[in-house]
Amino acid sequence: MPEYSLREMMILAAAREIRDGDIVFCGTGMSMIAAMAAKHINAPHSIIFFETGGIDSQLLELPFSVGDPRVMFGTSINAGLAESFGILQNPFTGPKVVGIFGAAQIDRYGNLNTTCIGDYWRPKARFPGCGGACDAASYAGRTIIFMKQERRKFVERVDYLSTPGWIPGPGGRTEAGLPEGGPTLVITDMGVMRFDDESRQMYLSRTYPGIDPQQVQQQMEIEIDLSRAAEEPPPTKEELDLLRERIDPQRLII
Amino acid sequence: MDAENKVMDLAEAVRRFVHDGDHVSIGGFTITRNPMALTYEIIRQGKKGLHIYVHSHGQAFDLLIGAGCVDAIEVSYGGTARFSPGGGIRFRKAIEGGKILFEDYTNFQMTLRFLAGAMGVPFLPIRSLLATDVVKKWGFDEEFRKSNPRIPEKKMAVVDNPFFQNGREEKIVLVPAINPDVTIIHAQQVDHQGTVRIKGLTYTDVEQAKAAKYLIVSCDELVETEAIREDPDQNQIPFFMVDAIVVAPYGAHPTACYGYYDYDPHHFNLYKEMAPDDGTFRQYLDDYVFGVTSHEEYLDKIGKDRLSQIRADPRLGYRPGLDRRER
Repeated sequence: MPEYSLREMMILAAAREIRDGDIVFCGTGMSMIAAMAAKHINAPHSIIFFETGGIDSQLLELPFSVGDPRVMFGTSINAGLAESFGILQNPFTGPKVVGIFGAAQIDRYGNLNTTCIGDYWRPKARFPGCGGACDAASYAGRTIIFMKQERRKFVERVDYLSTPGWIPGPGGRTEAGLPEGGPTLVITDMGVMRFDDESRQMYLSRTYPGIDPQQVQQQMEIEIDLSRAAEEPPPTKEELDLLRERIDPQRLII
Repeated sequence: MDAENKVMDLAEAVRRFVHDGDHVSIGGFTITRNPMALTYEIIRQGKKGLHIYVHSHGQAFDLLIGAGCVDAIEVSYGGTARFSPGGGIRFRKAIEGGKILFEDYTNFQMTLRFLAGAMGVPFLPIRSLLATDVVKKWGFDEEFRKSNPRIPEKKMAVVDNPFFQNGREEKIVLVPAINPDVTIIHAQQVDHQGTVRIKGLTYTDVEQAKAAKYLIVSCDELVETEAIREDPDQNQIPFFMVDAIVVAPYGAHPTACYGYYDYDPHHFNLYKEMAPDDGTFRQYLDDYVFGVTSHEEYLDKIGKDRLSQIRADPRLGYRPGLDRRER
């Protein structure tokens, strides 16, 4: 079995979730490399687009930001924010979109905080803010979330609700006036969580090879259902080769 | 106005169109097409009390805050992506230290707010954000809103859809228009009259430009009117909306300008080292802002070698193989 890093495992776990033909809205960093990996490995007809207005970016090199000139090359259209968010809010195209982004805090319903820790007006720590993730998570058919597996990041209540998940559970999104859709997958450096179809609560779906479900639970303030956990297949040699040689040869992220 | 009068140097453009206490909107996105030459000049001229509007903003925004030019910001994302993990360095510091007033929006909200300003309507509706703290938590308190007639009385409003009271979209969020005193943007090309051509992604530069009372455009290239009109489909901003044109090659450095130059990882890494500490941040400003008297001097300081290293491949629009590793 080839050697691999946890970051590589995370990227591939996300990439495997993207289906051929998906329209992928991606944020910065891990999201971007996961979308690129999917396009090169398992979903060659997926379409990557960015809130900044780049539609079907070719991404010959890994961009550092969704505003990077690397997202502008070889697109079908270079537009602006109004166009991209219009695609998301549009009732015919929005549901076809899968959003991928990260956060600083998450609750059991997949609601995210990317704004601050502590009091909003005088925070202990301030983060960049919600950017376009809140808009994307409001309209996209499904969303994939990257998280670091740390106790303080999986909390009962996020300090600031920047981006809506399933809100308070079944029917929460409809009540809030949001279209159907919501978070389907949380990817961490230890495993993968999904959300129950009925309760909309997070449960452990997969752990990476060598990781025990209890270890994952220990790294969360909230208690989740571990009974359905299976093992995520390790990266294949082909996946790793593509990741290292085609997608991130400078090792900027992996 | 005589078209020729619009072309002026940095100092004159900022002196004439940016004043203490102004509401200013800045074009560009995180690490691309920030109007840096104009930003440095605003800092050099010691402008104070600015109220800034941006969506996802990076270097220009962070510097203006750090240099003490800014009293309040309306923002959705502050940072330069991988060059400032966790958020814009001086932006975070100012909020954590209680130094500025701030209010959070989303990128789509800010887009619609600029668009409303550009179209002359008081607000626009948006479907996202219900049930989030973006709707619930207002950054500016009532006192500030009342004391400043430019600030809407409410951050946003949630109303019933008046067209389908029993329909599926019962609630909708309204966001207020933004009409800044001045917008500053950097474009690839402008002609003497002021017709603007932005290559690559336009972000919300066009909406921001049209929403403002005054518009300053810096550009990498001043081109002939006949040339820019040969392919008018590629132009975005009508010339009569432009008040000042400043010719500033590499005027977005260290951020990127599609088709012209890439971002400068070396300079961003330097900023990442110097910005966190007040003393070294001041040193950075002394070196690159106060220590030079013109854009040409700034470019000399950056050096020809570095500028040629980030020169874009004309087909790709960026510099392929650029060393972007962290130091």
